[in-house]
Amino acid sequence: MSDSLAVLMGESEISLTVNGESVSERVPVRRNLADFLRLDLGLTGTHVGCEHGVCGACTIRLDGRIVRSCLILAIQTDGKRVDTIEGLSDDGHLEDLQAAFHARNGLQCGFCTPGILLTAAELIETHPDANREQIRVFLSGNYCRCTGYHAIVDAIESVVRSGQEKREP
Amino acid sequence: MKAPAFGYIQPKTVDDALECLQQHGSDATVLAGGQSLMASLNMRLSNPAVLIDINDIDELSGINMVENRLRIGAMTRQAELEHSTLVSQHAPLITMVIPHIAHPAIRNRGTIGGSIVFADPAAELPACMVALNGQMVAQGPDGERRITATEFFQDLFETALADNELLTAIEIPVADENQRFGFRELTRRHGDYAIVGLCASSDWSSDDLTELRLAYFNVGPRPILAEQTASDICRNWRQEQNGMSLDRLDGELDPPDDLNATSAMRVHLAKVLTRRVLKEWRS
Repeated sequence: MSDSLAVLMGESEISLTVNGESVSERVPVRRNLADFLRLDLGLTGTHVGCEHGVCGACTIRLDGRIVRSCLILAIQTDGKRVDTIEGLSDDGHLEDLQAAFHARNGLQCGFCTPGILLTAAELIETHPDANREQIRVFLSGNYCRCTGYHAIVDAIESVVRSGQEKREP
Repeated sequence: MKAPAFGYIQPKTVDDALECLQQHGSDATVLAGGQSLMASLNMRLSNPAVLIDINDIDELSGINMVENRLRIGAMTRQAELEHSTLVSQHAPLITMVIPHIAHPAIRNRGTIGGSIVFADPAAELPACMVALNGQMVAQGPDGERRITATEFFQDLFETALADNELLTAIEIPVADENQRFGFRELTRRHGDYAIVGLCASSDWSSDDLTELRLAYFNVGPRPILAEQTASDICRNWRQEQNGMSLDRLDGELDPPDDLNATSAMRVHLAKVLTRRVLKEWRS
C-alpha cells in the first residue's frame, strides 16, 4: 500500500504559505483552517462566527479565491497559499475598500468586516462593473448584524465607481 | 462547535480512493468540497471514523466533450461550472442554476459531484440532473457503470451509489438549438435552500412543446419528475393559451409540511413556478 493510503490520526505536519510567508506546523487532523489561523498562528483577524459556513466572518483566500475557512481542514491546505485580512491589509490590496468603509461608516462592531472586505475584493476583481443589485447578491453570504448593509453597499459601490472612472476618465 | 476526531486519508488517484473505500467501507465518508460535510462535522451531526479526502485527485476535475455528451468531472468546482463556456453552450440549464447555490465563497469550493452524492432534497443540482436526464458515472472495484439521474436519487440523502463506489463524473446529453430550459425557485433570501424549486427542459423542434421534463425539488425526499403533468401540458399546449390546468400536480407531488410551508402551499407554489416557466417559453 502506498504512503498516501495510510490513515492519519491525531496530528500531522503541514507546510503552507500564509500571507507570503512559509509556515510549517503540527496540527490536529480535525482542526479547521479558521482555528489554525487564529489559535496556531495568532492571526485573529479571521473571525469565527457560526462555524458552519453561513455567516461569512471566516472568509479567507485559498490559492487566490475566497472560501470559508471554517469549512476547510487545516490539513487540506498543505502546500497551498492562504491569504488573510492581515496580509491583504498590510500589502495595500484592500486600501481603497478600507478607505471607503471608513468614509461611509461601512462597519460598526467590525466583526463581519474582514470577511466582507475579502468578499468585496473578489467581487470587484471578477465583476468590475457590478451594480448595487449584483453587490447585494455577491454579499448575500456575509452577515452583518449592525449596519443594515446599506452603508456597506454604498462603500463597495463607490470603489466600483472610482475604478470605472480610472479606466474610462 | 468543533469537529469530532477522525482519521484522514488523502489518496492521489481514483484507484487509491477505491482501495480506501474497499478497506474502510461504511466507516468512511468521502470528503469532496466539504461545504455540507464540514458543517455537519462541526455541528457533530456526523461522526465518520475516516475521511477520504478526494480534493487532490486531479483526474476527477475538468469539463470536456465526449462524443455528443458533456462530461463533467465529479470534483469540478461549482464556480468553474458557473463561468464555463462549454457548460453555457451545451448545458445552459446548469449555468442558470449555479448562481442560486449558496454564495460565491461556497461555490469556489463546493463541487458538482459532492452536491449530487449528498442528495439533499432541497438542493438544485440533483433536480437539474433529473431534468437534463444526466448519467452519473460510478467507479467501483468491478469497473465503471452509468446510472440515470432518475434512478440515482433514491430517497432522503440516499443514492444508488454503493459503499465501495466513487462518483467520478457526470455526463449530460448535449443541448441542441431546439431545446429550451427553465429554472425557478422560491427562497427567503438569495442563496438559501429553496422552499420549492423547478428545473425544466423541453424540445421545440416540431415547433410545438414536446419532451417536457419537470423536475421539482424540496417537494419530497428526492427530486420529483412530474411525468403526467408534463404530458398533460404538452397535449394542451396549443389549445390553452390562458392558464393551463396543473391539477395533475396535486397527485404527483406529496411534499411534507415544515416551518417554511405546508404541503398544500408547496404544491401551490410548484404550480406558480411551473406557470412562470411556461409563460417565459410562450413569450
